[in-house]
Amino acid sequence: MAKLLELIVAASLVNNFVFTRYLGLCIFMGVTKKMDTAIGMSITFTSVMVISSALSWVAYHFIMTPYHLQFLEIVVFIVIVAGFVQAADTMMRKVAPGLYYKLGIYLALIITNCIILAVPLINADSGYSFIESMAFGLGSGLGFALALIIMASIREKLELADVPTPFRGLPIAFILTGLIALAFVGFSGLITL
Amino acid sequence: MSTDGKVSYIGLLKNGIFGENPVFRIALSLCPAVAVTNTLENGLLMGIGVFAVQTLANVSISLVRNVIHERIRLPAYILIIATWVTAINLLLEAFAYPVYQKIGLYLQLIVAFAIILSRAELFASKNKFMPSLFDGLGMGLGFLVALVSISFFRELLGSGSLFGYSVVPSKPVLLFALPAGGFFAVGLLMGFFNWIDIRFFGGHGASGGGH
Repeated sequence: MAKLLELIVAASLVNNFVFTRYLGLCIFMGVTKKMDTAIGMSITFTSVMVISSALSWVAYHFIMTPYHLQFLEIVVFIVIVAGFVQAADTMMRKVAPGLYYKLGIYLALIITNCIILAVPLINADSGYSFIESMAFGLGSGLGFALALIIMASIREKLELADVPTPFRGLPIAFILTGLIALAFVGFSGLITL
Repeated sequence: MSTDGKVSYIGLLKNGIFGENPVFRIALSLCPAVAVTNTLENGLLMGIGVFAVQTLANVSISLVRNVIHERIRLPAYILIIATWVTAINLLLEAFAYPVYQKIGLYLQLIVAFAIILSRAELFASKNKFMPSLFDGLGMGLGFLVALVSISFFRELLGSGSLFGYSVVPSKPVLLFALPAGGFFAVGLLMGFFNWIDIRFFGGHGASGGGH
C-alpha cells in the first residue's frame, strides 16, 4: 500500500509530466486559457489514463510477452489507446449525452497527447505490476490535472496584464511554465524509486 | 498554399522552414522542443528522427491515399506513422545507443506528434507523391532547424559548450541546462521570431493554435 502511495506521489509531483518530463505540452498550452476547459480536461484525462494503463498492461503481459512482440510496443499501445478513446467517445454519446456534451471534445483532443503513450511505455519498461501500473496512471493523471489547474488560474489573471506584443499568447505562457517548473524542482529527491 | 496546379517545390521547402515552422510559427509538437534540447547532440538527433519520420510518413500516406477509406483514415495514418517510428527507433537503438538512452522515450513518442498527423491529414492525403515529399522535407527541416537553434543556445548558455566541447571558459548559467531553462529558451525564441515578424514583415505575430 505504501509503495502504491509512493508511486502516486512520485508520478504526480516529483516526476510531474509537464514540469519535469516536459510532455503533453500541446494540450497543456491549448486548454489552459480557461479554467472550465482545464477542469474538464483534467477529469477526462485522469480517467482515460487509469483505464488505458490497465488495458495496455493486459496486452503487454498476456499477448506481447508470450509471443516476444515487445518491439511492436509503440504500434500496439497507440492502437489500444486510440481505440479505447474512440470507443469511449461512441459509448458516452449513446449512454450519457449530457456528459458527452461536456467532456466529449476533450476525449477527441486526448489522442494527440503524448502522455497517453508515454505512460504505457514507462509501465512496460519499468516492469510494474497490474495494480502498480494503474497507480502510475492515476498519479500521472493527477499530476497533469494539477499542472493544468495551476496554469489556468495564472493565465486567467494574465489576461489583464500588459504583456509586450511579441510575447502575447504562447511565448509568455512558456516563460510562465518555466517559472512553475523551477518551483517543481523543489520536489526532486522527495521520493526515490 | 495552393494545392492544385503547379506547385513550387522550393516554395514548399521554404514554407516548412519559415512560413509555417512547426515549432515557432504554428506551435505544434512542443514537447520535444523543450525535452531533448539540453545539448546540441540530442537536439540534432531528435531533429533528424522527426525529419525522417515526417518525410517517410508523408510519402507513404500520399502513395496510399486513394486506397484508404475516408472513415478509417486517421487510424490508418497513425498506424503508418507508428510503423516508421518503430523503424527509426530500432535503427537509432542499434547505431547510436548512448544518445538513444537519453532521448529514447521522446523518440518513441514521435507517434503522437500533432505535426506529423496534421501534415498527413492536411497535405499528404490530398497531394501527389512529389509535393508530399517536399512538404515532408520542408516541415522536417523546419523542425530540425528549430530544435538545433534551441539546443544551440541552451548548451552554449547552460554548460558553456557545443557538441560537448567547451567553448566558453567562464562559469555557465546552469538555469538553461535545467528543465525550466527549456521553457524559457522556447518562450524567448518564440517571442524573438514574433518580434522579427512584426517589426520587419508587418505580420501580427504567431498567436499559436495552442496545440
